[in-house]
Amino acid sequence: MTHQAVPVKVYAAVFGALLVLTATTVAVSKLELGEYNFIVAMTIAVIKGTLVVMFFMDVRRASSMTKLFIGAGFFWLAILLVFLLSDYLSRGWLLNIHWL
Amino acid sequence: MADSEAILAPQEPGLRHHFDDSAQQLESSTLGMWVFLVTEVMFFGGMFGAYTVYRNMYPEAFASTSHFMNVTIGAINTGVLIFSSFTMVLAVRSAQLGQKKALIAFLVLTLILGCVFLSWKYVEYHEKWVDHHIPGPGFQYADSRYAHQAQILFYLYFAMTGMHAIHMIVGAGLLITLIVMAARNRFTSKWYTPVEMIGLYWHFVDIVWIFLFPLLYLIGHTK
Amino acid sequence: MSTTLPLAPTETPTNYLNADYGWKSWLFATDHKRIALLYLFSITAFFFVGGAFAVAMRINLLTPEGIFTHDTYNKLFTMHGIIMVFFFLVPSIPATLGNFLVPMMIGARDLAFPRINLLSWYIYIVGGILTLTAVFQGGVDTGWTFYAPFSSSYSNTHVILAAMGVFVSGFSSILTGLNFIVTIHTMRAPGMTWNRLPLFIWGHYATSLIQVLGTPVIAITMVLLGLERLLHAGIFDPRVGGDPVLFQHLFWFYSHPAVYIMILPGMAVISEIVTCFSRKAIFGYNFVAYSSIAIAVFSFIVWGHHLFVSGQSMYASMVFSFFSFLVAIPSAVKVFNWTATMYKGSVSYETPMLYAFGFMGLFTIGGLTGLFLATMAIHVHVTDTYFVIAHFHYVMVGGMVMAYMGGIHFWFPKISGRLYPEGWAKFAALLVFAGFNLTFFPQFILGYQGMPRRYAHYPPEFQVLNVMSTAGASILAVGYLIPMIYLAWAWRYGPKSPQNPWKAKGLEWEQSPTPPPTFNFEHQPVVTEPAYNYSGEEQEVKLG
Repeated sequence: MTHQAVPVKVYAAVFGALLVLTATTVAVSKLELGEYNFIVAMTIAVIKGTLVVMFFMDVRRASSMTKLFIGAGFFWLAILLVFLLSDYLSRGWLLNIHWL
Repeated sequence: MADSEAILAPQEPGLRHHFDDSAQQLESSTLGMWVFLVTEVMFFGGMFGAYTVYRNMYPEAFASTSHFMNVTIGAINTGVLIFSSFTMVLAVRSAQLGQKKALIAFLVLTLILGCVFLSWKYVEYHEKWVDHHIPGPGFQYADSRYAHQAQILFYLYFAMTGMHAIHMIVGAGLLITLIVMAARNRFTSKWYTPVEMIGLYWHFVDIVWIFLFPLLYLIGHTK
Repeated sequence: MSTTLPLAPTETPTNYLNADYGWKSWLFATDHKRIALLYLFSITAFFFVGGAFAVAMRINLLTPEGIFTHDTYNKLFTMHGIIMVFFFLVPSIPATLGNFLVPMMIGARDLAFPRINLLSWYIYIVGGILTLTAVFQGGVDTGWTFYAPFSSSYSNTHVILAAMGVFVSGFSSILTGLNFIVTIHTMRAPGMTWNRLPLFIWGHYATSLIQVLGTPVIAITMVLLGLERLLHAGIFDPRVGGDPVLFQHLFWFYSHPAVYIMILPGMAVISEIVTCFSRKAIFGYNFVAYSSIAIAVFSFIVWGHHLFVSGQSMYASMVFSFFSFLVAIPSAVKVFNWTATMYKGSVSYETPMLYAFGFMGLFTIGGLTGLFLATMAIHVHVTDTYFVIAHFHYVMVGGMVMAYMGGIHFWFPKISGRLYPEGWAKFAALLVFAGFNLTFFPQFILGYQGMPRRYAHYPPEFQVLNVMSTAGASILAVGYLIPMIYLAWAWRYGPKSPQNPWKAKGLEWEQSPTPPPTFNFEHQPVVTEPAYNYSGEEQEVKLG
């Protein structure tokens, strides 16, 4: 870090938030929400991950190049997952060729 | 410019000769570590992709196997890792402030928490061993409707958590290296780059777990 | 009358080659130029090993009934593919010319992480040893594509060993890419802005992005494959609910961008050669620079074109086909720009330029045939035939290897401090061109007529074209051997080179002695003019 040291209480607050979010995600997982279980769990995971990246890894104060690389990393992961799933989810679709 | 000698001017501790100044060196180290972490995202990403595909393909088998995931241990381990990230960032902060004793204390604490995580992991894996849920010739699954698919899913469970555990072990080794370096007064408030870089690595391993935990342990658990 | 003796003719100033002696100074070198030579030596060795397998294959294909069994032939084409792709093509230009030139072209003293650079070479060697061990233990027969379930459940060969060799070599590639990205970002000389960078740098930057983003996926794929061979959990086994197509997805997610890892550095070299031997700044610098980045990005969304006949959904295939058409556009942009650079330039035909001409023509043919393959309807007819083989050899051998040869010749004076014999070099270049076309053009016809790839024996009606192809291969082999001989000779006995024999623009030529000193420059370069400033006044680059 080339910037000023962050006060301990900021880190402690983030730590506390992460524990609360963990407890929340465990609690919610015990409820029957169908499809929303996945969405809620993933949203909470993204929030926790973002807190770690922004505060513990100090990306809040990092250069835009660093932020660009992090964004690119997750974007590329998204490319892999989206295109992979696009095959599996569309395999059952039949091509409508009545117009031929 | 004296290119041929290593430059170790007192005001530029740890500067390597091919860099112009320590700001450039720090910028390079930081960018280098982030590029490496991006490669790690893609490395784990392949397994997340495989897992997503099979979860999508076999939802009932998935629901069946999720009952064997020990949520309690998983939740404890999540807490342990988050705590270790907290102690790690405090270690980096201590280094930044030149507080050698605090730095070593926090590094040791982080290492202990990492070992706690690995111990619980061992307990979990042992549980799986006893249940014959480790893929391979000894694999057995009670619900014969899903036996084959369950083996695939357990294979991915072990691949993902195993790869994560390997990264933790490497991290533990790196922490030990840092502790030894700190004890030998290698770090000052002007130069503590390895602490920062290994801190970034450690947080990344924590983030992987933050995603592994709900994916493997929590979803589908209610069914 | 007293005479003062001049300096003895053999006395040379200290440069990176004579700065230190002994095997330790080479095997523990952190100087990027020495590491480049370590790579050059090992990559050349692997090229000949891979080439030996090709020779065996072409001899087998002289007659319809061949001389090898199917099992042996399977191993030949597998080892040819694995070694050529992972141990020759992927590292070739980046690890040799890239390692040597990237710091010099941007005005830096070394790469950002010199020790990681050396580590990447050692990792490459370990990967190579693992793979060669697989070869000596009897080879692998899965094809370089390692398709499941054959590789994961049925093959009796040393799949895990070869997969581990590929896994390890991947880390070498990742570390090289990481090093280049950081170096280009943080170590440019004062005045070297992004749009004054040589296009060689832009090309290597784009290559490094692909290396860093794609290679980890094949790494994990090889791990999953190895684990599956050990545990038989069934992840790719259709008998128990696994999906072999998943393997193909994960494999090609890297392996398609990998082909751009292989070609982008080649294009980077061609940009440098064309501009120098046309004595003219590259036409459309921005377009060429950004096209490299565009290729890197688009290369990641086309991999499904390798899965058109695998059972992949029709809709996903259509999307992949569409993007495969798009990815051709930036490549075409480069070819147009090189052509426009030569127009009204002062073109000369030294050996590097001959290879560049070869590249431009052969890469165009290879690239266009890629479009035929991306068209799903045509694809069904020509897939898994010699048409595909001809396509990728046109881009890889007619394109990439020619660029590599051109680059080696162009920078040989800078690297060695000596000049190669131009007559022999031109002759070899023409032999390579002739041999290459005779080898691979018949394969387009064979493929279109229906000869399948990876077959040890074939119907007699295909023999004439196969014989032509093998004849071409023997000419090609001679064309590659001749430079090995005269370059080795010239390294020792060639005439000493002036600092800038081509009168090229660029920091490595203008600002650095030939051969360079260990830290590349005697004074910190400061850049004040755009790249390739051939036309207009020769502005003096300020010496810092």
